[in-house]
Amino acid sequence: MDFFGPTGDAFRLLFTGDADLWRIIYTSLSCSLIALVLISPAAIAVGFLIAKNTFPGRRALVVLIQALLSFPTVVVGLVIYMLLSRQGPLGFLRLLFTPEAMIIGYMAIAFPVLVVFTLSAVQGADPRIYETARSLGAARGRAALTTLYEVRFGVMAAVFNGFGRVVSEVGCSIMVGGNIAGLTRNIPTAIALETSKGEFTQGIALGFVLIVVAIGINVALAWLQGRGGLD
Amino acid sequence: MSAPLFSLLGLGKSFGERVLFENAQVGFEAGSGYVLTGPNGSGKTTLLRIAAGLEPARGQAGFRVQSSAIAEYPEAWRREIVYVHQQPYLFHTSIEKNLEYGLARRGMPPAERIARAREALEWAGLGDRRTVPPHKLSGGEKQRVALARAKVLNPTLLLLDEPTANLDGDARRQVLELVTALCIENHTVVVASHDPEIIRLAILNRLHVYGGHIKSDD
Repeated sequence: MDFFGPTGDAFRLLFTGDADLWRIIYTSLSCSLIALVLISPAAIAVGFLIAKNTFPGRRALVVLIQALLSFPTVVVGLVIYMLLSRQGPLGFLRLLFTPEAMIIGYMAIAFPVLVVFTLSAVQGADPRIYETARSLGAARGRAALTTLYEVRFGVMAAVFNGFGRVVSEVGCSIMVGGNIAGLTRNIPTAIALETSKGEFTQGIALGFVLIVVAIGINVALAWLQGRGGLD
Repeated sequence: MSAPLFSLLGLGKSFGERVLFENAQVGFEAGSGYVLTGPNGSGKTTLLRIAAGLEPARGQAGFRVQSSAIAEYPEAWRREIVYVHQQPYLFHTSIEKNLEYGLARRGMPPAERIARAREALEWAGLGDRRTVPPHKLSGGEKQRVALARAKVLNPTLLLLDEPTANLDGDARRQVLELVTALCIENHTVVVASHDPEIIRLAILNRLHVYGGHIKSDD
């Protein structure tokens, strides 16, 4: 197999602004970002509440959420497919094979990642943060925000990891998005499709974009940690 | 004797099998200073934390004319009762912002907050350090920032946990001066301390915490 030929073509495709290619990139990034924006507040709040409270079944809940981290995304897609299909309880919404369905799937996939990372960050935080905020007159909600701000690099790591997980997943996107060109085709599903057809050029270009996104996320996190005086 | 500003009645607190307080009571009068003495583990810190609403316990608490179960510590009391940890936590921002935090929670406008914070930093002898990040401060400076952060709120009841612990030399002397100033300034101050100089301060009433009870030494 020729490696260098398709790779050169891939970069030409990227830098000449191929409309189909950039539409795929846009679908991937926009669906992932919207899902993260929508699910992050709730997931971070759940992570914080589990970290700061004791209640019956807490341990079992943590184990369950940790187990969800390794849940196959194709199974998440299957569940959401069943919910959104015409005969499903949410079929009347007619969301199956739309970007909205993919966003719902991404939210479900990102949720345990965000909860577990936030829980870990808050559990590792100095308990004096919350107490100091409370003692200085902060209400519970405000003291919670102060704590999250103090462990903001852990929380940002949660968001970046959630983004990394959804932007690169294939199973759920194909199940609920349907890999429809110009509508729900995203980077991972396009790579899978093009490669199966023996067309490597677009796959390589999109793979390069994913790698740049992954490196960008890590560089951004490292830079933010540096700005926080933690280095 | 007038009614205390703050009181704990029928106080009960246990950690597992270990009973720390059983039906104990204590009262702090307005404008008076108190020092809590007693051996390590006798419950001095726990008592301060209960009074600050940071530690659940059995019994009743009274503040001014209001009474409440300790377990249902009223939110409004937190605006008037301030607790300073033995090793204070300073938020990861500038020292000045640390001082503004409590003022912002009380809805004070930014310009007034800044002026009050700067005034309190001058009081603590840290006027030239206001933009320094907390991790660049010494232990004594951190304690002085924490005292200024509490003082700027003008609390009705100020609870200080071992403010001179782990300090020596100039740092200890400077913190000691601030604690003394706070006691003199007509604040109601309760200090838990092993420091003989604090215990000997004539303006402080001595309370001994031992065997689950709180008794006056005087």
